[in-house]
Amino acid sequence: MSHEHDHDDDHEHGHAHEPRDAEAARLALRAEALEALLVERGVVQRESIDAIVARYENEIGPLNGARVVARAWSDAGFKQRLLSDARAAIAELSLPTGDQATPIVVIENTPGVHNVVVCTLCSCYPSSLLGLPPRWYKSPPYRARVVREPRAVLREFGLDLPETTELRVWDSSAELRYMVLPERPPGSESASEQELAALVSRDSLIGVAQAGQRRE
Amino acid sequence: MSAVHDLGGRVGLGRIEREAREPVFHARWEKRVMGMVYSVRRAGWLNIDAFRHGIERMDPARYLAASYYERWLASLERTLPEVGALVPGAAPPPPAPYGFAREVSAPARFALDSRVRVRARSPVGHTRLPGYVSGKCGTVVSVRGGYVFPDTNAHGRGEQPQHLYSVRFTARELWGEGEEPRTSVCVDLFEPYLEAEAAASGAAETRDVA
Repeated sequence: MSHEHDHDDDHEHGHAHEPRDAEAARLALRAEALEALLVERGVVQRESIDAIVARYENEIGPLNGARVVARAWSDAGFKQRLLSDARAAIAELSLPTGDQATPIVVIENTPGVHNVVVCTLCSCYPSSLLGLPPRWYKSPPYRARVVREPRAVLREFGLDLPETTELRVWDSSAELRYMVLPERPPGSESASEQELAALVSRDSLIGVAQAGQRRE
Repeated sequence: MSAVHDLGGRVGLGRIEREAREPVFHARWEKRVMGMVYSVRRAGWLNIDAFRHGIERMDPARYLAASYYERWLASLERTLPEVGALVPGAAPPPPAPYGFAREVSAPARFALDSRVRVRARSPVGHTRLPGYVSGKCGTVVSVRGGYVFPDTNAHGRGEQPQHLYSVRFTARELWGEGEEPRTSVCVDLFEPYLEAEAAASGAAETRDVA
């Protein structure tokens, strides 16, 4: 059993929740019952679940994507390799990544073209590189709206693109996973690779923000 | 008509709610569900397409109200008994080849810059064809190679690999007048979903392709 962290989750991230209602308790019970049954039948081991969760909680996250982008901004050869075969280029950086079964495709923002990523059918996301997606990315309003009115959605995120900028939305409807290579922010010419990585937010890798943009 | 999960272009679903300093998980049970899904998939009990089809068969009102991990839990509860994973002593099916990329013996039917039309289809099972591009015309912007075909793989009918294309649609084509300017949507579509734009006719559009 690995229940020593029971009940800590509602208190560890410093913002108030509504009192957890009966529905949340029922979901927790259902999950517990299923896990107990799967363990009893030998389908899963608790320790392997623990290991997967720990890896995605502690190791795999948007910092991976930030490092990839910072390298691409610093090294034109790497950028070319990244745009033609992202998995192979990313492997050069020895980052902590998850299962490599899904190909990653990197799409580049340029002064005239901005890209933004969605999955309208479920919530496909380059999790093996960037970690688990935020709730808004998985929410019905984002999935419904960003293909139909992407400029309005980006404005809500604080990104007001000029009408002269071409906007390309990528709906990840198959097993390719898209990551945006944002534009290098002006004024960052002398920044080190580490300083550059600090300018790259998760949202800029999805395309709902620019790199270096102050968060709303 | 497409099912509830096929959300692209729907209106009236409300605001996009964002959470500052969002944690990776919001409750302990979400972690356990995430770990279970990764574990049973790794063990070969469920392929991604069967798992997604389990989500898509949720009660529609519940689907919209549910959190992401509740949908995952609902699919596990539905699909694991279906594939026999809960039978004492059962072994998973032989492992599929790694990943999703596969060789397709037939050459790709469409080339870069081809104009294509999405066939009008109303599948009752699983598909990765979003409803909002059904019947629409677009341009092939990338020929991606062969991949496992979800429409058969979800239903135990094999991988039947197909060529995959990234197809770009203008906002005007998708949404008509009043569309946002200089905007397009690129969708990854399997060859059976597509026909040549010039060849499109009433008869061809209704042909069953799966």
